[in-house]
Amino acid sequence: MANLIRVAIVGAGVVGASIARALSRFENFEVHLLEKEVDVGWGVSKANTGIIHAGYDDEPELYPLRAKLCVEGNRIWHKWVKELDIPIRWCGSLVLAFNEEEIEVLKDLFNRGVRNGVQDLRIIEADEIRLLEPNASKNALAGLWAPTAGQISPWDAVFALVENSIANGVKLHLATEVKGVRVERERVLGLETNRSFFEVDWVINAAGLYADKIARMAGVGGYHIKPRKGEYLIFDRDAEPKVNKILFPVPTPISKGVVVTTTVDGNLMIGPNAQDLTEEQKEDKSNTREGLEFVWSSASKLVEKLPPKNKIIRFFAGLRPEPTGGDFIIKKYEEVFGFIDAAGTRSPGLTSAPAIANMVLDILKSSLDIELKPKEKWNPYRRRIKRFSELTLDERSRLINEEPRYGRIICTDEMVTEMEIVEAIRRGATTIDGVKFRTRACMGKCQGSSCMYKVAVIISRELGIPLWKVSIRGPETEIGIGDVKALLSEEKEETGEYEKKM
Amino acid sequence: MKRKCDLAVIGGGPSGLAAAIKSWNLGVKAVVLIHENDILGGVLPQCIHTGFGLHYFGEDLTGPEFAAKLVEQLKNTEVEVLNGAYASQLQVESRNLKRIYGYRFGEAFEIESKAVIYAAGCRERSRFEVGILGDRPAGVYTAGEAQTLMDIYGILPGSEIVIVGSGDVGLIMARRFALEGAKVKAVVEIMPYPGGLTRNVVQCLEDFNIPLYLRHSVVEIKGLRRVESVKLVRVDENLNPIPNTDFEIKCDAVILAVGLKPKSELLAKAGALIDDATGGPIVNDWLETTLPGVFAAGNVLVVNDLVDYAAEQGERAAESAAKFILEGKLPLAKLKSVVPGRNVRLIVPQLVSCLQDVVFYGRVRKPEENVLVRFEEINRFFKLPAVRPPEMFRFKIPAKDLSRIHGEKLTINIMEV
Repeated sequence: MANLIRVAIVGAGVVGASIARALSRFENFEVHLLEKEVDVGWGVSKANTGIIHAGYDDEPELYPLRAKLCVEGNRIWHKWVKELDIPIRWCGSLVLAFNEEEIEVLKDLFNRGVRNGVQDLRIIEADEIRLLEPNASKNALAGLWAPTAGQISPWDAVFALVENSIANGVKLHLATEVKGVRVERERVLGLETNRSFFEVDWVINAAGLYADKIARMAGVGGYHIKPRKGEYLIFDRDAEPKVNKILFPVPTPISKGVVVTTTVDGNLMIGPNAQDLTEEQKEDKSNTREGLEFVWSSASKLVEKLPPKNKIIRFFAGLRPEPTGGDFIIKKYEEVFGFIDAAGTRSPGLTSAPAIANMVLDILKSSLDIELKPKEKWNPYRRRIKRFSELTLDERSRLINEEPRYGRIICTDEMVTEMEIVEAIRRGATTIDGVKFRTRACMGKCQGSSCMYKVAVIISRELGIPLWKVSIRGPETEIGIGDVKALLSEEKEETGEYEKKM
Repeated sequence: MKRKCDLAVIGGGPSGLAAAIKSWNLGVKAVVLIHENDILGGVLPQCIHTGFGLHYFGEDLTGPEFAAKLVEQLKNTEVEVLNGAYASQLQVESRNLKRIYGYRFGEAFEIESKAVIYAAGCRERSRFEVGILGDRPAGVYTAGEAQTLMDIYGILPGSEIVIVGSGDVGLIMARRFALEGAKVKAVVEIMPYPGGLTRNVVQCLEDFNIPLYLRHSVVEIKGLRRVESVKLVRVDENLNPIPNTDFEIKCDAVILAVGLKPKSELLAKAGALIDDATGGPIVNDWLETTLPGVFAAGNVLVVNDLVDYAAEQGERAAESAAKFILEGKLPLAKLKSVVPGRNVRLIVPQLVSCLQDVVFYGRVRKPEENVLVRFEEINRFFKLPAVRPPEMFRFKIPAKDLSRIHGEKLTINIMEV
């Protein structure tokens, strides 16, 4: 096409990937998705609670975008998860109130939800809470029942969106870090990166925690993104009791509170707390005693019983990108033509991502005054990697007959086969974490101690890289420092005194 | 593919190998050995140090040598070996029918067997299970994982090492790293005494000038991408951190030797009762679990100090399984409970028939000197110069002594003299 509009999206998280997919539908765009990490979805999208919220939390007066886009996003996800085969449980959520004051908050939430357009919201009493969620605390007096909420696998969502975008023509550029936005005469010319210069007409800033920095590079924005840390605990899959619904306490001014939920893979998960960090701490995902103790005690209040502590198999932390002002920042700038922010996507950013994508598309369309031409061959569908563990005995047997590598179990805790790992690599995984998040290998009880090296061997073989150079998540995280004799031969070379010393 | 056999042995480590060989030699003629790896021996092939086999083979061997001797014996049998095979499900359908479902390259298999010996070994505890906080960078390995990387795949995990845990596994890995030119900056032990054998403290740490920090705990790991340091803190008598005693040690790898856990999940799912103290199944003196005709041996039964004990248990389970298969059942007996008494943390077997000699394996809760190990109801006492939690005690009690139990239980107490 003669007047193809070149677009660069900065950041392949759930927001950037949703935008990529939305743009991939039309003939008008040439889309480049830029990601500084060696895989997609490794920032904010990887470490969060994974909830598709119903949309009653956000005050439309204070946070109009959050209020509007959350409900819209929830609706779109219902369609997208089907098209893209993303694991989700539409289990609904329950906000529990433990005293009269909290019941008043429930009423506020209910009214707000109705105004925001949330369907089927109800305030329910203790008896019904027990029916919906037998493990809910008996001290809960009332609950806000939101059946439209769901539990998604956030990284699977990103993998699905990116795979589908690529299938529809989007170009993904990994390990590509934006170093500057070239602007001349109030117009975007392109992006300077660690790799090369990307000459584009439009830059869409979906850089998560670093969106403020990217906007500043273009001379716009003026907002700040501060990290708000949340810590989580995950239990083994065989740990009981779990919960059927997503359980919330009544929200605080800065957070929806510590949640008790069961992930799509069947692990009970509790968290997050909310700790505000400084702008310099955008990589601080450390776990703390205070944080995890708070998560434990808060979660304990929501349920009758948590599994024993010795069933905890992992803890982690994630960072939410808290913008100045608190609302999403989704807009273009008059002073720099060609720059769009899709920033400040704190909660409910995951829920809102598809709606944010549509909004960005609308901004592009209206700014360019163009007619969007849908691609004739746009494929809305994508299938996820077949999970051997989820099949029946007969199906497994048939599959192994077709492809013998399905018979080789690499991660025994999660029953992940060699073929699933090979398939993950074919779809873009180049690291241990890339395989882990696509297949669940290393996500069980042993947390990788008995299968990480087996995954590494397959990566090494499939990608033709030396085994020791296989990494957990890119440069500086290689599984080894070299051959087992690396230090001894160094000594010998450098000093020549190796023999004498021994 | 469907197979029928008399005995299925799950696990190709020392106990599984010993069990398969022994059962064949006792006349069980249809034996299938299912094991996960491509080479037999379980964890032995990567244990390139010596210290194996003094009891079982009467000589000091390396891990690969120990394994090779068993594999050699296996070659003289017609045991069918399923390599690279994973048993995913065990069903006990009746006293003489067990069904195992599993997978291997190119094959989904189903095995019908009269008896099963489960010898799946143990796994290592992770940093999350022991609650080491801080960042989650690359460079954190369990000891076994590091050993696999070094001695099976020839990769060096790091150059400046901190080892958490001073059990034999931790001590041996300290020396292993030192031998490859890595700087082992600390071995950290939360208890006031080292967890491993004294000879290993001398040969693995003192000979290499590796500092041992007793009464210390690694509480945090730091490093955004790769490990940069660990934070240590001193602990009090109750193992709680003492405020303001923390300090950092720079390193690029943290090796965790913080305990092992029997991999007993498949047995538990099949309905076997699990002992909270051992983490393995509850067994009688036939090493039979609470599922009739399903036996357990090796580290899935109880985490052993010595590979020799694991092999010994494999043989014991094989003798029982052979009897079960060839005679159709084991002798009926009213089982008595074995009760861990004063300063006994765990004991195996947990039930005894009193019809045969029994080897008891146990561990104490705390170190004591000059003790009597008292088998109370039968008035058998054994003197030991010292007991320590990391060191198992092992006693063989003859059937004639056990037959003196009149009540329902046999209590084992450890008393200071």
